[in-house]
Amino acid sequence: MAVLVLIEIADGLVRKSSLETASYGAQVAKALGTEAIGLAIGEVPAAELQSLGRQGLQKVYHNNESRLPDFVPGAYIKIILQTVQTVQAQVIILSTSNIGTAVGSRLAIRLGASLATNVIALPEIAGDTFKVKKSVFSGKAFADVVLTAETKIIAVKKNAVEILEQEGSAEVEAISADITDTDLIGAPQETIRATGEVLLTEADVVVSGGRGLRGPENWHLIEDLAKALGAATACSKPVADIGWRPHHEHVGQTGITISPNLYIAAGISGAIQHLAGVNSSKVIVVINKDPEAPFFKAADYGIVGDVAEVLPKLTEAAKALNQ
Amino acid sequence: MKILVCISNVPDTTTKISFTPDNSAFNTTGVQFVINPYDEYALTRAIELKEAQGGSVTVINVGEADTEANIRKALAIGADDAIRVNAKPTDAFFVAQQIAHYAQEGAYDLILMGKESVDYNGFEVHGMVAELLGITAITPAIKLDVNGNTATLEREIEGGKEVITMALPLVASCQQPMCEPRIPNMRGIMTARTKPLKVVEPVSAEAKTKFESYSLPEKKTGVKLIDPANAGDLIRLLRNEAKVI
Repeated sequence: MAVLVLIEIADGLVRKSSLETASYGAQVAKALGTEAIGLAIGEVPAAELQSLGRQGLQKVYHNNESRLPDFVPGAYIKIILQTVQTVQAQVIILSTSNIGTAVGSRLAIRLGASLATNVIALPEIAGDTFKVKKSVFSGKAFADVVLTAETKIIAVKKNAVEILEQEGSAEVEAISADITDTDLIGAPQETIRATGEVLLTEADVVVSGGRGLRGPENWHLIEDLAKALGAATACSKPVADIGWRPHHEHVGQTGITISPNLYIAAGISGAIQHLAGVNSSKVIVVINKDPEAPFFKAADYGIVGDVAEVLPKLTEAAKALNQ
Repeated sequence: MKILVCISNVPDTTTKISFTPDNSAFNTTGVQFVINPYDEYALTRAIELKEAQGGSVTVINVGEADTEANIRKALAIGADDAIRVNAKPTDAFFVAQQIAHYAQEGAYDLILMGKESVDYNGFEVHGMVAELLGITAITPAIKLDVNGNTATLEREIEGGKEVITMALPLVASCQQPMCEPRIPNMRGIMTARTKPLKVVEPVSAEAKTKFESYSLPEKKTGVKLIDPANAGDLIRLLRNEAKVI
């Protein structure tokens, strides 16, 4: 028996969300009195995988199949199932990422397993009862869910659990799988990556703008502050709908849900749908010229003022802090 | 081309969430239910594809009789017919079993749905349906075109997107900016009344998760206001007091 953690790789590095799942998996393994073992697919230096020992993994299997520079559902499922068999995994830990959610549901069917996504805390294990807490209603509430099948798959929400930093080095073992053409159905012909941006779903700090910015020509005010803070940028739904910003930056109930340490909302009134997407942020700052904006009720810090005047002052102060 | 669109009945996005007194269930009193917003992308794109290339759009919902208003709405938007699997949707596994059963029966070329429902946020049903049918699911798709037997999709990845070309049949989960969701017009509403809505009984399947209890996030204790003239103070508070930068 073991806990298997899927390690996602980007540009030869372990993703931050996988440092979180490795840490989570190590703690689940400890509670079950077993080992936490990783599986990484793609090109990544062995040293990078060894360092997952710091998050508590004993061992990492590495499949560096040259035909899998990107995620391919069928091939990933085959490799994961093979590893599940090898280590006799009873619990599988994924991230609630585009890869994690794509494989989780398929594995659940193949293994007859229980699956919970958007999980935000360590499981409660009492005898045969295995219970997890997950975010529901797009961040407006939580549910305690009992996983009733023998095999359990847990997809952990990004930025929701802590990253362990301890002494240790994981053993790395290269593995291979017999990948056929059928397994490669759905492989991408082309991958377009945005470069040099802080990834919104993994960012510690997010600066977000709404219609209070008055127009795309003022967007640099958001970007300037984000740059000074090393933050990702986001926007409200109206801003994405009118085309000032791309849809993948839209946070809220029908966009993406984020939980950074710090969320700065400028010129966003705070409709209930927007709050749903950001209310698990640890600290919320609201800047709005309307003192009655509902967002202030959900904020930790607030400034009642014009974003065009306030944002440059914040940028300046943030720059001064870095000097 | 035969397209199956799976729709879920969810609380309107403006709903303030509350639970029954023992916190064991979502309190539906006074709640307005809508078609899951992500499913609307799937529905509209299916109708656009049908209009451009011919074929049919069937909607399927796993739900009790009270979901029929939203099924009719989907018919009013432009679906041709509908199936309601008469059962309470207990979990993703149960729902996927129902959809896969009727999808197999109908031999659809394309099965579309939202990437997640805005109530239980599972991201699960599409992959489960695909696996049960032995076909591939592309999730989350932000673009979908079909040419003959070949689909071209764009899949969102963390920090970018991929372009995928593959043969039908397939399952795709949909999200913005795939299309501009449509709203029903008067003619659509009139014709929807006479479109076939078949009610079928569920196939035997057992849920693999049990939603035991619910809770709400802790309320904020109150906002600390900073004078806009000294806005820079906020940055110092974020470093020294909140310790988040």
